[in-house]
Amino acid sequence: MATAMDRKLWEQWRAEIEKAPPPVQPATTVSSVPIEPLYTPDDLQDVDYDSELSYPGQYPYTRGIHATMHRGRLWTMRQFAGFGTARQTNERFHFLVQRGQTGLSTAFDLPTLMGIDSDDPRSIGEVGRLGVAMDTIDDMRQLFDKIDIEKLSVSMTINAPAMIVMAFYLANAADRGFDWKKLRGTIQNDTLKEFHAQNEIYFPPEPSVRMAIDVIEFCTHHVPQWNPVSISGYHIREAGSTAVQELAFTLADGFHYIDECLARGLAVDQFAGRLSFFFNAHNDLFEEVAKYRAARLLWADRLRNHYGAKQESSWKLRFHAQTAGCSLQDKQPEVNLIRVAYQALAAVLGGCQSLHTNSMDEVLALPSEHAVTLALRTQQVLAHETGVTNTADPLGGSYFVETLTRQMEAEARKYFDRIDELGGMLPAIDRGFFRREIAEAAFVYQREVDAKRKLIVGVNAYQEAEEKPLEILSIDHAVESEQIATLRKRNGERSQDDVARTLDAVRRTAEAGQNVMPSLIDAARARVTVGETMGALADVLGRCDTAVV
Amino acid sequence: MNQNPQLRIVLAKVGLDGHDRGVKIITRGLRDAGFHVIYPGLWQSPEAVVRTVADEDADWLGISLLSGTHLTLVPRIMELLKQAGLAHVGVLVGGIIPEADIPKLAALGVARVFGPGTPLPDIVDFLRSQGSRTHA
Repeated sequence: MATAMDRKLWEQWRAEIEKAPPPVQPATTVSSVPIEPLYTPDDLQDVDYDSELSYPGQYPYTRGIHATMHRGRLWTMRQFAGFGTARQTNERFHFLVQRGQTGLSTAFDLPTLMGIDSDDPRSIGEVGRLGVAMDTIDDMRQLFDKIDIEKLSVSMTINAPAMIVMAFYLANAADRGFDWKKLRGTIQNDTLKEFHAQNEIYFPPEPSVRMAIDVIEFCTHHVPQWNPVSISGYHIREAGSTAVQELAFTLADGFHYIDECLARGLAVDQFAGRLSFFFNAHNDLFEEVAKYRAARLLWADRLRNHYGAKQESSWKLRFHAQTAGCSLQDKQPEVNLIRVAYQALAAVLGGCQSLHTNSMDEVLALPSEHAVTLALRTQQVLAHETGVTNTADPLGGSYFVETLTRQMEAEARKYFDRIDELGGMLPAIDRGFFRREIAEAAFVYQREVDAKRKLIVGVNAYQEAEEKPLEILSIDHAVESEQIATLRKRNGERSQDDVARTLDAVRRTAEAGQNVMPSLIDAARARVTVGETMGALADVLGRCDTAVV
Repeated sequence: MNQNPQLRIVLAKVGLDGHDRGVKIITRGLRDAGFHVIYPGLWQSPEAVVRTVADEDADWLGISLLSGTHLTLVPRIMELLKQAGLAHVGVLVGGIIPEADIPKLAALGVARVFGPGTPLPDIVDFLRSQGSRTHA
């Protein structure tokens, strides 16, 4: 045997476990991947440390993108927030900053996410409900009032109308005297995962990608510290995918954005270092850690060896993590605190750069101040009391975690091949490949839970007859009428000539195939709304009304 | 109660809410259990939903809502059903519905609210026990 292991002892152990009773639940991951009872040096015989793992901060970054990881610098604690009007969300931002949060993250309401205005008939009941309402640049000004956006980094979760919201942000920043070159933050701007999973869709896939690339291209030249896309697996996982699907589809989306940027004539090293990622942190601790490690390895390999990137910053996969909303339960909701803590642990052990921990009540409503404080405290306890920050990649070298990381890598590569076989990203979307894969995985998972092969505390095991309800945040419904009244008043006060002129310019730029960002910034200053701008763009780009099943 | 024919069920996502993991699982699970399920996809208006219920001669309508707009959209749909002479169609609501809102939905005539974590067999059993009020 090439291994130092004593076969006889191994056989003894094997005989021992054959006699043992079978596990209470099938020994599989959350994604239903079977797990061996033990991993040994045998599993890692052919691992080449230098090329597959190496040291933190060194290619291929399996062990982390910084030499010292969290010992040198903690992750950014970034709680997603937004509800009601811009003024209300601005108050929540100040509340979070005062409690030690180190970055801001903005949630928009559904009308904004879908690119329509608060006074659109389809917005009824939705204004300010799941996030902040944003109709014009005036809402943007209010949202970041008295916040130093050169000091704090700002994240905005917006996709279909990302280019418009980015235009609002940049126009407002310039008007307040901030230097675009100093702005730090992230706009999600990941349209592909909308087609896979999240369903905030306005234009067909191809022009949607074109808009996303306009933001990336513009920021590459003018807002160099900004992350112009956050390539997101989070929503893919929330829609029910397995961990491997989340990993593979997200990276494949990233490859597609790179291909499109290259087609614009950008050089890979000009923009690759600013592509950022957003992953889910689900319940299965080791599967999640393996996912993040495999992601770094796969990305670094592709960027260096396929795209020929020369700069190390282009090879490094940086990611934000959010604990899994879909794992939260409405039964015994305080138990969610415990789930979130383990999920946060996975993200940190996996080397995340920033983290959002869900509040225990988010399955019921938007989080209360009490719940959001506990969620933030969960990260602070993790950072300062548990010792997990003392050493980089503490699970590296574990026979189990290394094996799982390699499995994850190999499975993801199989998905890359399948997408290629389907003709690439857009043809695969057209054929419904991603949606089908995800729906199948979601169904399998539900069947496992219904059959109690997967136990969920409080749901199909350890139920309580009497539940103590949590106090939840309720949104005053006056928000909707207030927002609509403000919008109509402001619309009446604008120069209609400016509105018509700038919208015309938006159409012409889009038609000419030029980058739309400069024309969107002009339109923002003329107080053109999100809905009006999307409508003008759709005149040229077309609409996507197919609600794919 | 009618035991024999296939129950016809329209499942609907109304408004802007794009959370469709649950409704897709229910669609497949109910089909596997032998029901005839019609799911027209995302972003349906209340008017469109009621039209589908009429066109499909449905026994049941299942509305999936995770965006918190149930107290705006469900009353509208119930009203439109009544106007269309479809008040006999059984209505179920699924998704994220705060405990306090369940009696309000019941008062509107919603037969049952199924929250997150409801096992599929519970929904199947419920529908089988209720049968059809359209084709009684």
